[in-house]
Amino acid sequence: MRQSKSVVKDNKLGPLIVRIAGLLIIALTLSIGLFLVIRGMGTFVKFHHSITEFLFSSNWAPTDSATASGGNVGAAIYIAGSLLTCGLALLIVLPFSIGAAIFMTEISAKAGKKIFQPAIEIFVGIPSVVYGWIGLTVLVPFIRDVFHAKMGGYSVLAASIVLAVMIFPTITTVSVDAIRSVPDSYRRAAYGLASTRWQVIYKIVLPASKSGIMTGIILGLSRAFGEALAVAMVIGKTRAFPKDLLSPTNNLTAAIASDMGNTASGGEHNLALWSMALLLLIISVTCIFLIHLIGARAKKNERA
Amino acid sequence: MSDTILDINKDNKEENVKLEVNNLNLFYGQFQALHNISMNIKANKITALIGPSGCGKSTFLKTLNRMNDLEENVSINGELKLDNTDIYKEMDALELRKRVGMVFQQPNPFPKTIYDNVAYGPRINGIKKKAQLDEIVERSLRQAAIWDELKDRLHKSALGLSGGQQQRLCIARTLAVEPEVVLMDEPTSALDPISTSKIEELANELKKKYTIVIVTHNMQQALRVADDTAFFLLGELIEFRDTKKLFSYPMDKRTEDYITGRFG
Repeated sequence: MRQSKSVVKDNKLGPLIVRIAGLLIIALTLSIGLFLVIRGMGTFVKFHHSITEFLFSSNWAPTDSATASGGNVGAAIYIAGSLLTCGLALLIVLPFSIGAAIFMTEISAKAGKKIFQPAIEIFVGIPSVVYGWIGLTVLVPFIRDVFHAKMGGYSVLAASIVLAVMIFPTITTVSVDAIRSVPDSYRRAAYGLASTRWQVIYKIVLPASKSGIMTGIILGLSRAFGEALAVAMVIGKTRAFPKDLLSPTNNLTAAIASDMGNTASGGEHNLALWSMALLLLIISVTCIFLIHLIGARAKKNERA
Repeated sequence: MSDTILDINKDNKEENVKLEVNNLNLFYGQFQALHNISMNIKANKITALIGPSGCGKSTFLKTLNRMNDLEENVSINGELKLDNTDIYKEMDALELRKRVGMVFQQPNPFPKTIYDNVAYGPRINGIKKKAQLDEIVERSLRQAAIWDELKDRLHKSALGLSGGQQQRLCIARTLAVEPEVVLMDEPTSALDPISTSKIEELANELKKKYTIVIVTHNMQQALRVADDTAFFLLGELIEFRDTKKLFSYPMDKRTEDYITGRFG
């Protein structure tokens, strides 16, 4: 009788711990989100700046006092810097990622599994400071010497290339999984209809795996948006719109990382940085939402 | 070879031979999967390939449109001719697969619309005009006896069809390329009896225009649809004759054992 009682007790304890852990994670995520929303809204609620000013003005001169306002919080330069570097990084990396994924699955599956797969997995584990450091010591001087960039090579281009390299493994591995999951029966059917290998790849395999590839792209993009350190090391941190790809600028993450420690808590400058963090959160939540949307649509298409 | 009974080759020389196979050997690495196969497949007939699992009948079928090119470690010797042209030495695989289409064991429509499935072959062959594609799609679906069922949902996904409909769609997709020979690899093994009988009727209809080679596990099916039947065992062609003769008076003991259900 006593024994059976203790068994019942054990059976309750396990699920309880798991449940508490789960709830804790949910609570943590929600409270971080809530915290960002409350802090980030300060710019608009406490200091009465308009969202339009924050998003579209490039006049960035917030006052650094907990009570006084009257500065300007136009974050357009940072926003543009983030969008531009991430967009360009995506343009640079896409041909390489999709090309590599196709090579690893359709062209040389053996070498893909034995050599490329482990190599790319190691890629994922490299800390971002290493990417930034290589960017700083190799890429920046290279851009300076080759393009004669004015600011010594610190530029949008350098930041985009570093980001492109960083998100390459993410997009590639997810694309590889997506392409591998295309049933072989599709390929056989296509070959049976006298397709060339290229036709099989771009008419059958890529369309059938496009939702998986899109997921990889969005995952990579959200990593690029969130990356601060590596970008900060090569972007030049100049508060101006870039005139061209070789000029320096700044972005949201680099600005938050470098300024946050130097502001009075609850002041205009401080809260403006929180607003920028909130904007990053919104961007990444949107990305996650898009991934789910694509997944749901792919499932629906399969059934329909 | 001496014990192979190939009276078709001797008796019916005057009939139109579509595919001529002479002393075909096929190896997977060191393993020999086909031994000295020789047979003549006649135009506008249905030829069935029967035999127990692993006897080489599907492997043989795949050599006829070089689908085994896609597998590693396969080597072939011997002679395989389509209308007197050697398909391994004098033809490239794409040209051959346009002329020799294939229907697979599992229905395998692409995850595209019904229309795009059928139009796939013509499109990769360079046909772009919508009117022409429309006409090919309709004609192919009619030939596959599925036009009436599908004409109102051409732009819906092919994956939403039943297995039997999918298989007939796959046949239509193969026909859209206008092949001369249609290979069918156990096309009904994944289907219910009603769908099976529809595919069999269809095969009977199609032989007016095409030469059909069908691999089947089901001896009743061979008896129902095939003009000629070839019995394979352990990579060898044991007996190849008129279907009715083969089933009524098997000349080889092994054929008799197989068709009377003593093994396989």
